[in-house]
Amino acid sequence: MIELSGFAALYIFMLAAFTGYEVIAKVPAILHTPLMSGSNFVHGIVVVGAMVTLGGAESVLGQVIGFIGVVLGAGNAVGGYVVTERMLEMFRSSGQSNNKTARKEKT
Amino acid sequence: MQDAFSINLLIQISYYLAAFLFIMGLKRMSSPVTAASGIKWAGVGMLVATLITFAYPDMNNYVLMTTAIFIGGVLAWWTGKRVGMTDMPQMIALYNGMGGGAAAAISAVELLGGGEHSLIFMVLAVLGGFIGSVSFSGSMIAFGKLQGLIRKDFRFQGQNFVNIAILAVIAWLGFSISGGHADTNTIALFFGLTLILGITMTLPIGGADMPVVISLYNAMTGLAVAFEGFVLDNAAMIIAGTVVGSAGSLLTQLMAKAMNRSLANVLFSGFGGESEGGSSEVSGSMKAIEATDVGVMMAFAQKVIIIPGYGMAVAQAQHKVWELTQLLIDRGVDVKFAIHPVAGRMPGHMNVLLAEAGVPYDLIYDLEEINADFESTDVALIIGANDVVNPIARTDPASPIFGMPILNADKSHNCIVVKRGQGAGFSGIENALFFLDNTRMLYGDGQAIAAELITAVKEM
Repeated sequence: MIELSGFAALYIFMLAAFTGYEVIAKVPAILHTPLMSGSNFVHGIVVVGAMVTLGGAESVLGQVIGFIGVVLGAGNAVGGYVVTERMLEMFRSSGQSNNKTARKEKT
Repeated sequence: MQDAFSINLLIQISYYLAAFLFIMGLKRMSSPVTAASGIKWAGVGMLVATLITFAYPDMNNYVLMTTAIFIGGVLAWWTGKRVGMTDMPQMIALYNGMGGGAAAAISAVELLGGGEHSLIFMVLAVLGGFIGSVSFSGSMIAFGKLQGLIRKDFRFQGQNFVNIAILAVIAWLGFSISGGHADTNTIALFFGLTLILGITMTLPIGGADMPVVISLYNAMTGLAVAFEGFVLDNAAMIIAGTVVGSAGSLLTQLMAKAMNRSLANVLFSGFGGESEGGSSEVSGSMKAIEATDVGVMMAFAQKVIIIPGYGMAVAQAQHKVWELTQLLIDRGVDVKFAIHPVAGRMPGHMNVLLAEAGVPYDLIYDLEEINADFESTDVALIIGANDVVNPIARTDPASPIFGMPILNADKSHNCIVVKRGQGAGFSGIENALFFLDNTRMLYGDGQAIAAELITAVKEM
């Protein structure tokens, strides 16, 4: 892989931290729960790291832990996506909701 | 060599694209108009990054990898599709914990693999492992608590001292591992203790504070992912993890502020276990009212504000409440919903529950937006909410909720409180609003009451 030199990584870290702060800063409270869920999905990118780790594991112990890591990471990504999408799908303004009837509950 | 280089380039381009899509996705998720498309953008980013990772050079164990993705993905898909909207907070805790566990697993494999690494590599691997595994076990406890699997708040004398002692041992082990050449047992002990710390830190925290804790663990997992991204030279992980880490920290602060608690207060002290200083007695009596009278009152009102709380969601009354609202709007009544930042199980949760019932988001107002409106409101209907409308938060410095911003329902001409029985609420704090002259109590189950109100309005 292309090696990130220590300082390049630090710059990325700093800029990403500010980005995260700015992106969230003006969000209305009504979106706090979906947004938390959405950011929960985004760190599901950990599955990529777990895959690389499992791919490089040679010992049995390393393979077992790596396997668990990929299971957990995939769960984070997929689960985070599904629940966030379900929540956000429901948000609509009064203009939109006049066209569609209120959804019936599943339970 | 040329071939390997171009694959590397392709991988880097894909990760770059993924990072871009994550940030754009989060940005779009911060407005209700674009939010639904935001998660899709981020989803595309995730898909691209995951697929291209299969092309990573010098990898083995593809069968294991695919099986693991399949198992984790299907289980999460299945649970995520089935869960009810009221249970969202614990599902977020669960999936977040899994992410933390994955970060810890990366760290464990890297540390166990030995090999010569720079000090900074070792330190970040250890830190990421520590944060990830605390987040893992802590989130699982949070899940168990909200799901009702763990009902007790385990508190004992000197638990903060015990936690600090565990932390000290972990720090010492962490230092020696960072120095290199630690054996398997040391590393196992390190991860074992961090898992225990996550549990002992989270067990004493009460259910009402869990949202703040989940948000904190969400930020922590982000940070752990970023650290492991440094270890693996993976820029997409560094960016995504850091963005979540800082956004999550901000979100945690906002939540703690909305609940009028500091983060330290949430983490290190119990709440509601014992009433702190017998707050002043509330005088007066509660006056009951019948649903038919309330129906008439609301039908002939000009302006009605509905204040829903978690009790409404528990009673599954949101659909009936929306039906009632539509009837009133058809009669020309100005109906709005007022949401306190901590209504529901976490900030914004109530909005999700109302959205599920079909309530459009432009009828829903935040505390700051609507508080001035109460003085000109004919009827404030409080359904399933309690502490968030308690005027004692403005007046009684001895009360644990003193200083918490509340919805000024007491300023409206008439307050109707829908409530199951006469007891004090979730937090055990007596609500002065119930005893006011302009307040009437409407006793009963939220859903049944809403149905009665609908009948009453229809019959007019």
